[in-house]
Amino acid sequence: MSTDSLSSIILTLVTFAPLAGGLLLMLLPRRDRDIRIFALVISLLTFVLSLHLPVYFHRAQAGFQYEIDKPWVSTPNIHYHMAVDGISLWLVVLTTFLTPLCVLISWKSIHERVKEFFILLLILETALIGVFTSLDLFLFYFFWEATLIPMALLIGIFGHERKVYAAVKFFMYTMIGSVFMLAAILWLYAHTGSFDFVVIREQIAGGAVPGFSAAAQWLFLGFFLAFAVKVPLFPFHTWLPDAHVEAPTAGSVLLAGVLLKMGTYGLLRFNLGLFPEQSRHNAWWVMTLALIGIIYGALVAMVQPNMKKLIAYSSVSHLGFVVLGIFSFTQAGLNGAMFVMLAHGISTGGLFMLAGILHERRHTYEISEFGGLANPMPIYAASYLVIVLASVGLPLLNGFIGEFLVLSGAFQDKAIYGILGATGIIWSAVYLLWMYQRVFYGTITHPVNNTLGDLSGFEKMAVWPCAAAALVMGVAPILWLGAIDPAVHAALTPFVQVVGRVVGP
Amino acid sequence: MIVNWVATFFPALVQTLPQGADYVRILPEIVLSVFGMIVMVLEPLLDEEQSQKILGLIALVGTLAGLGATWFMAQSPGLAFWNMVQVDEFSVFFHVLVIAIATVVILISYEYMAVQRIRAGEYYALILFGVVGMALMSSAIELVLIFIALEISSISSYVLAGFRRHEAASAESSLKYFLLGSFATAFFLYGVALMFGATGSTNIDQISQTLQSGPIPLLAFVAVAFMFVGLGFKVGAAPFHSWTPDVYEGAPAPIVGLMSTAPKAAAFAVLLRIVFVIDVHAIFYVIWVAAALSMTLGNISAFLQNNVKRLLAYSSIAHAGYLLVAFAAAPGPGISAAMFYTAAYAAMNLGAFAVVSHFANAGERYVTLEDYEGLGRSSPLLAATLTIFLLSLIGIPMTGGFFAKFYVFNAAMKANLIWLTIIGVVNGGVGAYYYLRIIVRMYMRESRKEVPVMPVPFALRLALVACLVATIYLGIFPNSTLQYAQDSAQRLVWQSSFAPVSAEPGTSGTLVKIVKSGI
Repeated sequence: MSTDSLSSIILTLVTFAPLAGGLLLMLLPRRDRDIRIFALVISLLTFVLSLHLPVYFHRAQAGFQYEIDKPWVSTPNIHYHMAVDGISLWLVVLTTFLTPLCVLISWKSIHERVKEFFILLLILETALIGVFTSLDLFLFYFFWEATLIPMALLIGIFGHERKVYAAVKFFMYTMIGSVFMLAAILWLYAHTGSFDFVVIREQIAGGAVPGFSAAAQWLFLGFFLAFAVKVPLFPFHTWLPDAHVEAPTAGSVLLAGVLLKMGTYGLLRFNLGLFPEQSRHNAWWVMTLALIGIIYGALVAMVQPNMKKLIAYSSVSHLGFVVLGIFSFTQAGLNGAMFVMLAHGISTGGLFMLAGILHERRHTYEISEFGGLANPMPIYAASYLVIVLASVGLPLLNGFIGEFLVLSGAFQDKAIYGILGATGIIWSAVYLLWMYQRVFYGTITHPVNNTLGDLSGFEKMAVWPCAAAALVMGVAPILWLGAIDPAVHAALTPFVQVVGRVVGP
Repeated sequence: MIVNWVATFFPALVQTLPQGADYVRILPEIVLSVFGMIVMVLEPLLDEEQSQKILGLIALVGTLAGLGATWFMAQSPGLAFWNMVQVDEFSVFFHVLVIAIATVVILISYEYMAVQRIRAGEYYALILFGVVGMALMSSAIELVLIFIALEISSISSYVLAGFRRHEAASAESSLKYFLLGSFATAFFLYGVALMFGATGSTNIDQISQTLQSGPIPLLAFVAVAFMFVGLGFKVGAAPFHSWTPDVYEGAPAPIVGLMSTAPKAAAFAVLLRIVFVIDVHAIFYVIWVAAALSMTLGNISAFLQNNVKRLLAYSSIAHAGYLLVAFAAAPGPGISAAMFYTAAYAAMNLGAFAVVSHFANAGERYVTLEDYEGLGRSSPLLAATLTIFLLSLIGIPMTGGFFAKFYVFNAAMKANLIWLTIIGVVNGGVGAYYYLRIIVRMYMRESRKEVPVMPVPFALRLALVACLVATIYLGIFPNSTLQYAQDSAQRLVWQSSFAPVSAEPGTSGTLVKIVKSGI
C-alpha cells in the first residue's frame, strides 16, 4: 500500500486498532499469558501504526493533516471528521507510546480478571486517541464520554482499598463537568447548523452566528468547566488524588499521562480556538487559578506521606504550568504548554510505574516505610533518579524545556505570572528530591527492605523507554517543537499579540 | 312490502358499513384481539404447566402476527371508520413499537411464569388486549376513541399489576394503580368533554382547524390541561408520578417492563397529537414545569432507593421528564426526538427489567442492591448485559440512550429553551450516579450472601439479545430510525395544516420571554 493511500485512512486505523484488538480479546479463551501477549502485540502494533503520523507529517504546514471527513448521521449533521495538526499529533503518539508500557507494567501485577483488564485498557486507548483526533464536536464529545467508563471500571475493579469511592468520584466529577460542555455544543449546533470544529470556528470568526455575543461568555464557561475538571485546575482537583491513589498502576499512568491532557488539549483547541475573545477576557482569573494550582499543588505534594499521592499532587502543579502557558497567549507559552504536556506524560507516567513497582513488592506507598533502597535496588534507584530529575526540570531532560518556555511566555504576558510560576520549579525540586532522599538514601530502617528484588525484565522494558524518551526530548526538543510551532502559531493568529517564533522552522 | 323495504334499506346499510380498507387499517388490533380470545378459550382446557408453555407460544405467535398485520396496515395509509382512525407513519411507528415490546415481554414472561407459579391464561390474554388498546391509542384521532383505547390498555394493566396474587405488595400495587388510574382517566375524559364544549367536536383534526380559525378560548386551554393531567399520570410525569414506585415494586417484573414502556409510549403518542396538533400555545408552560419537575424529582428520589425495581421506577419518572422536554420544543424536531426517545427507552428499560425479572427468582426475593453484589463474577454475561442497559440509561455514547437524550436536548436548544436544556443535562449527569451504584455493586463488591443465579433460559436469552441489539443499533446507526421519525413528524404537523412551523412554540407574550430568556 502506498503511503498516500495509507495516509487517508491512517487515523481511522490508529484510532480503532485497539478497539478491534479489545473485541478480539473478548473471544480469546481465558489463558492469561496469551491474553497479555496479545494485548502487547496489539498495543505495539498501534504504536507502530501511529508512527506513520509524525514520519509523514508536513511539519511546516499549520493546518490539519491526514483528514478524513465522511457523513455519519444526516440529521443532525454529524460527520466522521478526523484530522491531526501539530498539537494533537503528539498527544496521539504519547497515548500509543504509553499503552504498551502499561501492558508491560501490568504483566505481573494484574493476575485476576486479566482478560477484562486488558480489554478495558484497549478500549480506553481507542477512546483517548479518538478525543485527540476528532474534529467534529459531536464525535469529540462521544469519545470524551467514552473514556469515562473504561477508566472508572479500571479504577473500581482493579484498584486498591477505597477503589469504589474513587471510581465513583472520578466518574461523577467528569460527567457533571462535561454535561455543560454538551449544552454548549448543542447551542453551537442550534445556531450554526454544524458540529464541525472548522466550520464553527470560521462562522464565529466571521461573526455569522446569531446571538453569539450574548452567549459567548456562557459557552466559554461551559467548555471551560468540562476541561477544568479534567485538567484538573484548582479548585476542581479533589477527585485526582483519590483516583490516582486507588487506581492500578496502568490506570494511573494513563490517567496522568493522557487523560489529564484531554483537559488542557480541550482548552487549547476549543476554548482558544472557538472563543478567542472570551479567552482573553477570562485569562486573568484562569491564570490566577493556574498559579494557585502550581503553588498549592506543590505545597500539598511536599507534605504527603504517601508516594503516589505526592506524585498525584505534583500533577496538579505541573498541569498548572500548562494552563499558565496556554492562557499567556504567547508563542513561547503555548509551545511550552504543549511540551510540558508531553514531558509530563512521559515523566509522571514513569513515576507512577516506579511507584507501582515498589507497591508490588511492599504493598504500601508510605514513604516512611522505605529508606536506603539504593542498596538493595541499584538499577531501580538509578532509573528512578533519571525520571525524578526529568520531572524536576533538569536541563537536558524533558521537563526543563517545557517549563522554561512556559515561564518565558508568562513573563512576556505579565512579569508577576512568571515570577510566581517560577517558584513552582523550586517547589518541585524540593518535594521530589526530598522524597527521593527519604526513599533511597540513608540506612535501611525496615529489615524487610533488604530483600527487595531489583527491576525485573518486564519492568525494565516498561520504565526504560520513558527514561530514554525523557532524555531524547531534553536533548532534541526540535523534533517535537518543529511540528508544534506552526500549529501553535496558527492557533494564536486570532490573538494580536503574537511574539516572534522561539524555535527555528 | 317488507321485501321492498329491505331492497331499499339494505344498499343504504351496506354503504354505511365500514369498507374493506377500514378493516385493514385496524388489522393489527383485530389480529391481536383474535389471538387474545384464542388464549382465553384454550385456557380452561389446559393444566397449569401446559398453559404456561402453550399459551405463551400462542401469544408469541399472536404478537408476531400483529407485527405482520402492521406491515399490511402500513401499505394502506389513510383514514378509517369515519375519520376516527388514521394510519400514517406516526401510527405505524407506535404500532411496531408497542407490539414489539409486547413480543419481548412475552418472551421474558415465558419462564418467569413457571418460576413464579402463576397461571398463564389471563396473563397472556391481558397482555394482548392491553396492546390492542395501546396500538389503537396511537392511531385514533377521535378523542372518545382515544379514551376507550386508553381504558382498554389501562384496565389490563391494572389487572396485570396484581398478578403475583400471593403477595400483598402485588395486590397493593394493583389497587393503587386502579384507584389512581381511574381518577386520572376521569380527568382525561373531563378534558375531552370540555374540549367538545369549546370547539363542538371531538375529532382532533377538526378541533385543530376550529382553534386555528379564531382566538383560542380559555376553555380549550383548560381542556388540554385536563387531558395533560390524565396522560401525565399514565406516563408517570411529575407531579402525577407518586403511584409509580409502589406499583412497580409490587407488580411482576416483566409487567413492570411492559408498563414502563408500552403504555407510556402510547400515552406519549396521544400527547404528541394533543400538544402539537391541537396546538394550544399556553400548554407550553405546563409542559416546561412538568418536564423540569419530573427530571429533578425522579433523579433525586432514585438516589435513595435500595430496591432495584423502585430505583428503576424513579428513573422512569426522570426519563419521562427528559421526554417531556421534547414536547416543549418546536414540533418538527420535538416530535421526532420524542419518538426516537420512546423507542430507545423501550429497548434499554425493557432489557434492564428482563435481567431484573430473571435475577429476582421465585417470589421476587432478590431485588435489593445488596443482592446484586458480586454478580459480575457469578454471572459475567448477565452482569455485562445489565451494564450495557444501565449505561444506555445514563446516556453513554454507543448506546441508544445517548442519541435519545442528545436529540431531545438538541431539539430543546433549537427552540432556545436554554434553561430547560441545562436542567436536563445537569440531571443527566447527576442521574448517572444511581445507575452506577448498581454497576459498582455488580463488579466492585464481593457478594456477602448466597444469591443463586439460574442459567438464562432460551426465551429470555432471545429477549435480551433483541433488546441489546436494539439498544446498540440505535446507538451506532440512529439515522434510519430518526429519519423515519422525522418523516412522520413532518406528516403529522402537515396534516394539522398549520401555517409554516415556527421555531417558537409559544406566543410572543412577556411570560414566554421570561421563561425562555435563558442566557
